[in-house]
Amino acid sequence: MQFKSSNREQTFWAWVFLAAPMLLLTVFVFFPILFAFFVSFFDWNLLLPDKPFVGLANYIDVFQDPVFRKAFRNTVIYTLGVVPTQTLLALILAFLMNQKFPGRVLFRTAFYLPAITSSVVTSIIFVWIYSKPGLLNYLLSQIGITSNIDWLTNPNTVLVSIMMLNIWTTSGYFMISFLAGLQNIPISLYEAARIDGATTWQQFWKITVPMVRPVTYFVVVMSLIGCFQVFDQVFVMSSGGPDNASTTMSYYAYKNSFKYFRFGFGAAAAIILAMIIFGTTWLQKRYFPAET
Amino acid sequence: MKKLIFFALLFSAAALYVGPFLFSISISFNAKKNVFEWPIELIPSVATLENYASVWRDLPFAKWVLNSVIVTLIQTIANVFFSALAGFAFARLYFPAKNLIFALLLSSLMIPAIILLVPKFIILNEMHLVNTYAGLILPLLVTIPNIFLMKQFFETIPRDLEEAALIDGCSYFRIFWQIFLPISTPALAAVAIYTFQGSWNEFLWPVIATYTKDMYTLPVGMATLRDELQTNWPLLMAGTILVSLPTLMIFLIFQRYFVQGVASSGSKE
Repeated sequence: MQFKSSNREQTFWAWVFLAAPMLLLTVFVFFPILFAFFVSFFDWNLLLPDKPFVGLANYIDVFQDPVFRKAFRNTVIYTLGVVPTQTLLALILAFLMNQKFPGRVLFRTAFYLPAITSSVVTSIIFVWIYSKPGLLNYLLSQIGITSNIDWLTNPNTVLVSIMMLNIWTTSGYFMISFLAGLQNIPISLYEAARIDGATTWQQFWKITVPMVRPVTYFVVVMSLIGCFQVFDQVFVMSSGGPDNASTTMSYYAYKNSFKYFRFGFGAAAAIILAMIIFGTTWLQKRYFPAET
Repeated sequence: MKKLIFFALLFSAAALYVGPFLFSISISFNAKKNVFEWPIELIPSVATLENYASVWRDLPFAKWVLNSVIVTLIQTIANVFFSALAGFAFARLYFPAKNLIFALLLSSLMIPAIILLVPKFIILNEMHLVNTYAGLILPLLVTIPNIFLMKQFFETIPRDLEEAALIDGCSYFRIFWQIFLPISTPALAAVAIYTFQGSWNEFLWPVIATYTKDMYTLPVGMATLRDELQTNWPLLMAGTILVSLPTLMIFLIFQRYFVQGVASSGSKE
């Protein structure tokens, strides 16, 4: 006997169930993706009535803009600085948290705290920390280093300062991913290594690091995507300044779109950024796959 | 000795992660408006609750709280409902082009958020919804990761359950509503918690979708304050503490779900 309802009935209910979610996704995700490409070929300015077709002119203009080149350079430096540091830090924290000791949950919460807090809140706190009479300079003075830098208005330190904040906020988040990976490693591996006289340090590099390769892959991809798109912190802490020293590519796209209302140009910049993200993740998949 | 080093390392790391919050709490109680006296007072000599009172009295803070609460609540409820509906359809129903549509969802996950900003703004502008609640809320009523989460959860529920109901002549909506939803509390809770946290902290979209002070959500309001209140740090810090409290409470109550969620998203790859 066949109890399954007919395919027609199932199809009917599927459309009933999917109608509202798919309508929303079409209007706010699927259509905008295509629309972004469309807009990028026009001189689409919110303040002007005419929207002439300009072909690839926006893309050419983006590449010729020295500010874009600076934003590109900043984004690359940012990503190269943040991704390896926060990945390693997250792994070390997870390794520490995977040991058995009292108060483990409390420590885990402590490391996770920055990740669940609003990026605006953490940015504001760090504006104070980085200001000239702020906490960072105070702590430096306590250990005998006299520093008179206003970290966020100095073009040499602003980008590094925002990078440090990002590492601080996301390393705890990725720690949880690693922790899950670590808990899948059979204890017997460590026991065997200990019998053979391996130190904790050797166990970490010879067992832990290779065994969590799939998680590492995931973490690196996610943090690459996050770093390429860093926006909130730049917006709150420096507005891309001074002299564009902290303008990243997403802030550049935002500024051209919503400060100068050059939507076509901004869309082109966003699409270039998306292409770079795709390219990077593809390269990683090709040359540094999750499994060997 | 080894244990000593371990705990020393652990405590200094924890101090680095919690320290900035402790200092912001300390500043928020500082009675002096100018906290930039050298040397810094790590613990205020004169403590006061005045800054917290001032946040509510002198800023449009109550309005921002209201905006954030409205946006967050509607988006959370809608995400739970819509992602359960869509997740059920993808997990349990046959329909033509199912795999194609699912692949479409999957691939649009890879599109960076920044690419959607300009078109989303133009669409809402055409609908005259910029700087309205609808404009703030609509684009995030349903999100693809939540649909995945529900689909995966529904796939783990045994077939027998719905087949018995089908024999009894239940419609699929009743099966969904009376059988699947009640046993899906853990997954629904996870969706609710993530959406709550994401909506409450969301900055990029509200920054673009609003332009008058009375329509700001809390993060946007606080971000603009940072420019205006350069000198009044105690007030600013009191505000940021208040903004952080709801997500902190949710986290402390539902910690398990947070950790499980991040963990499962990490091992899926």
